[in-house]
Amino acid sequence: MMDQPSVLELVLAVRDFIEQKAMPELKGHTAFHARVAANALGIVARELEHGATSGDAERARLAKLLGHDGGLMELNRELCTAIRAGRINLGTPGLAEHMTLTTRDKVGIDQPNYGGLKRLLADGI
Amino acid sequence: MNDFAPALERALKPSLPGLQGLNGLTRLSGGASQETWSFDAVCDGGVIPLILRRAPDGQPRVITETSTAVPLATEAIAIEASRTAGVRAPRVRHVLKPEEGVGEGYVMDRLQGETIARKILRDKEFDAIRPDLARQCGEELARIHAVELTPELRKVLPVVDGPTQLRRYRDMYDLYNYPHPMFEIAFKWLEPRMAQAKRQALVHGDFRHGNLLISPRGYEAVLDWELAHIGDPLEDIGWICTNTWRFGVQEKVVGGFGDLQDLLAGYEIAGGGTISIDDARTWIVYGSLKWGIMCMSMYQGFLRDHSVERAAIGRRSSETEVDLINLIIRGKI
Repeated sequence: MMDQPSVLELVLAVRDFIEQKAMPELKGHTAFHARVAANALGIVARELEHGATSGDAERARLAKLLGHDGGLMELNRELCTAIRAGRINLGTPGLAEHMTLTTRDKVGIDQPNYGGLKRLLADGI
Repeated sequence: MNDFAPALERALKPSLPGLQGLNGLTRLSGGASQETWSFDAVCDGGVIPLILRRAPDGQPRVITETSTAVPLATEAIAIEASRTAGVRAPRVRHVLKPEEGVGEGYVMDRLQGETIARKILRDKEFDAIRPDLARQCGEELARIHAVELTPELRKVLPVVDGPTQLRRYRDMYDLYNYPHPMFEIAFKWLEPRMAQAKRQALVHGDFRHGNLLISPRGYEAVLDWELAHIGDPLEDIGWICTNTWRFGVQEKVVGGFGDLQDLLAGYEIAGGGTISIDDARTWIVYGSLKWGIMCMSMYQGFLRDHSVERAAIGRRSSETEVDLINLIIRGKI
């Protein structure tokens, strides 16, 4: 078992250091990139917190859609092939819901403030 | 860095009568193969503010898999054809020749205005004109799409219609080899809808924030014609309405400043014809898909240069998936 702080706490500490201590000392393009770096650590933190849960839910939905279990990459590849071949489409029960929930969780990790996501959440999804 | 200044001055003499000298030559932006410089030409009659767009000698513009960029000289031809037809664009003063020793490129007027989206969408000085911008963009797009496709234009501009674009982005997506079921759904949804263009026109190809010059008086011009081509005019309508150009102002479909109805009304008033919401939606879906695949291409760039900015944009691909869900599954624009 690793010791404290947790990896999440470490990432957040580095993010806060960049945002609060380093950025005010930087100028121009480097300051901009520091902000981008801090935001990227925000993604890391959210994925550490929620990635496993949302991945499990995605996998369960994929298994139901495709009729068998598997790894996330393998199942997503199979879904892509099936959509492309026309075997699965938006008329297939569960696909629209799967895409909506999966994307909601992905954007929640990548860009929780994105307008398109807020719109989805505003409708209770 | 600006050791080409004397050559530039010699090159401009025939185009700028009474030219006495150049002042304040400053690099504005650009990558390794494409530069933008600002300077003033001091002439007998006064000072002319100018912009130089150039690719240094022996380094022609890099054409990447994501773009259909035309050579700088072609860009100048498209701008002048549009400007003389009444489109608001900077006047081209001189197209560089190889023997002039400045590289490939052209010199145009430097117009006054703002291109930074956050300022246009938030600063007080734009409050008064913001509500009218969508209509003005519509009018301007109608004028661009009405530019006569002369044999000269047809000779230099590529024809890139809807199906060709969709195929190009499908090829890129396949090449990146990472599964995005929502992109697969979008391709399927778009294929029949983009199959037939209602008409062929001059398309600006990158009509969005960053290229739109706006002043407190309103719309001034559209810059950066490097993606100009002959294609389906709906492409320009869809691109400026793609969510990524709204900069968080979700409900203002046109660039975060206006309503789609106003854009389409302006387009119709200026003679562009009637565009249905459904047709506009098709090209907004295409804009979202295109931006999503451009985000994927950023990851490819990141693998080469390890830039934190490219890495972060790679993770913006999911934004476009939520947009595709709102557009395709939930019927919202």
